[in-house]
Amino acid sequence: MPNAKRIIADLRLYARGDIRAKTYVYNTLLAPVFMMLAFGAIFSFFSGSGSGPVNVYLQNRDSGQISTRFIDALNSTGTLRVILVSTSENLTQYLSAQSAPDGVVIPVDFSSNYEAAEPVNVTVYGNPSSSSSAIVGATVSGVINAFNLGRYGGSPIISMSQTTFNPEVHKYIDFLVPGLFGMCILLGPMQTLLLTSSEYKKAKLFKQLSLTPITKTEWLVSKAIWYTFMTALSFPLMVAVGIILFGAHILLTVWLIPFLILGPILFTSFGMLAGTLTKDPGAASGVFMITVLPMLLLSGVFYPLASMPLCLQYAAHVLPLTYVIEGLNAVMIYNNYTLAAIDIAVLAMITLIFFVAAARLFNWRED
Amino acid sequence: MATAVEVSSVRKTYGSINAVDGVSFLVEKGEIFAVLGPNGAGKTTLIEMLEGLRKAEQGTMKVLGLDPWRESDLLHKRVGVVPQGFTFFGKATPREAVEYYADLFGMDVNVDEILREVLLEDAADMLFENLSGGQKQKVGVALSLVNSADLLFLDEPTTGLDPTARRAIWDVIRSLKNKGKTIILTTHYLDEAQQLSDRITVMNHGQTVVIGTVDEIIAEHGSGERLDIHGSEELAAYIKANTDLKVEYDDRGLIRIALNHKTDALAALEAVKRSGLDWGEIHTHEDNLEDVFVKLVRGKMDERGEIMGAHETSDPSSQRRG
Repeated sequence: MPNAKRIIADLRLYARGDIRAKTYVYNTLLAPVFMMLAFGAIFSFFSGSGSGPVNVYLQNRDSGQISTRFIDALNSTGTLRVILVSTSENLTQYLSAQSAPDGVVIPVDFSSNYEAAEPVNVTVYGNPSSSSSAIVGATVSGVINAFNLGRYGGSPIISMSQTTFNPEVHKYIDFLVPGLFGMCILLGPMQTLLLTSSEYKKAKLFKQLSLTPITKTEWLVSKAIWYTFMTALSFPLMVAVGIILFGAHILLTVWLIPFLILGPILFTSFGMLAGTLTKDPGAASGVFMITVLPMLLLSGVFYPLASMPLCLQYAAHVLPLTYVIEGLNAVMIYNNYTLAAIDIAVLAMITLIFFVAAARLFNWRED
Repeated sequence: MATAVEVSSVRKTYGSINAVDGVSFLVEKGEIFAVLGPNGAGKTTLIEMLEGLRKAEQGTMKVLGLDPWRESDLLHKRVGVVPQGFTFFGKATPREAVEYYADLFGMDVNVDEILREVLLEDAADMLFENLSGGQKQKVGVALSLVNSADLLFLDEPTTGLDPTARRAIWDVIRSLKNKGKTIILTTHYLDEAQQLSDRITVMNHGQTVVIGTVDEIIAEHGSGERLDIHGSEELAAYIKANTDLKVEYDDRGLIRIALNHKTDALAALEAVKRSGLDWGEIHTHEDNLEDVFVKLVRGKMDERGEIMGAHETSDPSSQRRG
């Protein structure tokens, strides 16, 4: 049975050391705020809401009225922002020079051919590896269909009305706040425990601790308490920056508390478990990259999971950080407490497994 | 006198290397027992098995009547350990370190008294990372005292320290001995073992080469008193031919004559005079622990415990673990 006095003694010593080593306080408190500022600025100011019109460079070689209407129609879709390119330019070279993937060319006799009902071809340039090219292609195709229909006086039979199931229109920053906070929950305890455990092993500090009555479980509990506390401190700071500086619309409810507790315990345990793999601090950095990088890329830190290909979404659900960020999104953005409850249950189970595994597999002495 | 430690035919290997190879000895309560040997002799492996940090593959060990591996939790409450290269959390002070250990052991201790006992009261509130090497070792000794242990393991407690710091640690060890503590001390400093210990064992290649008091070991393995005369091989031959003395000559121009009786020296000097040959310095010499150690491990140790010139040979001991 863990001894509370030993846990408190270890917690006091560790916390005191962490506070005296000001770099740790910086990493745990100030770095998340700077990260929020940096990523918030990059993604909010430069990408706007993240769902704005796609820039498309258009060269109009036609001098008639129809091509002007066609361009107006493209702009009015709200999906594209047409940027006109002089006819004296070579469009493909121009696109390369602008590092732009998407372009459209309206041919010379576009208006006259349209009015004479003669076939005419609009050329769309795109890059298959760019997600914007598919949007440009589909939008131009839609406008062409409308013009074809209008040429013969037809009107659409099937029409579409577009609405949203959620009255809130979410901006990218709304996803970024829980994403970056999830990243902080991951990085702080995981990095420190992994590197600390290898340093302690090398310095034989664990060997020394094994000569005292403190158990591995007690040592791990004290670290989990400390990182939960530090997470609780960094959370309001990050949220404040997101709301005040970037106008994030996020909900703050008691449903966040399980994530603020389970997340740090999970990644404290994960860090210690990963620390069983090496006792060399240099190699520990490699282990850190191998374990952390997939989570940073796939768990929805920077982009909502739903925007990723389906196979990656499945892969993401193998990673524990996914349940933290998915749960935070469910609570802070979608108000979806059913999904949050599922994520809490999964997280609790994973945390328990990792905690027990870390306490058992981490070896303080040698056979 | 009661026994504190019993070691019988203990063996530990790492792959094909015999780190500890059939070691046996007893340590009585209240004595300082030094384990001497070069790096790689097996000292630290042996001590860590006694501390319950490593498992012996063969043989039996009893420390304060307990099996150190199976009953390590009980044992750790009754022994104090200063491991080799002791270190602690850099941002903690010696006072906080002692308080921390006291909380872990559930002991109600007088922190100032413990720090005073190890001569560390002046540095009580300095961060560990800012302490000198000797002060850091004293923190280790202070922590080993927190649980009022009767048996202390001090694994190379003065390695790397300057002479002043070493002597300060020696003073602490002597005061602990005076309080009745049993101390098992590993060291590769011969003078340290000679100064502090009641009995010593010399380990080499994982085996105990000899066990006993310093005087017993010198008497058994030393060559006794001898007369050293700087002179020629011709002079050595003359003395040998004209006396009953045991005479040896080495290539460096030294004639060694064993003195079984005081009158042997007079007989030797008379022969030198009669020879009419040249001679230089004359002095008597008696083997000390270092001379015996050199004979037993077949080499001299440097400051770091390495056998000098060992890297030039294929001696397997250079691959052994400490």
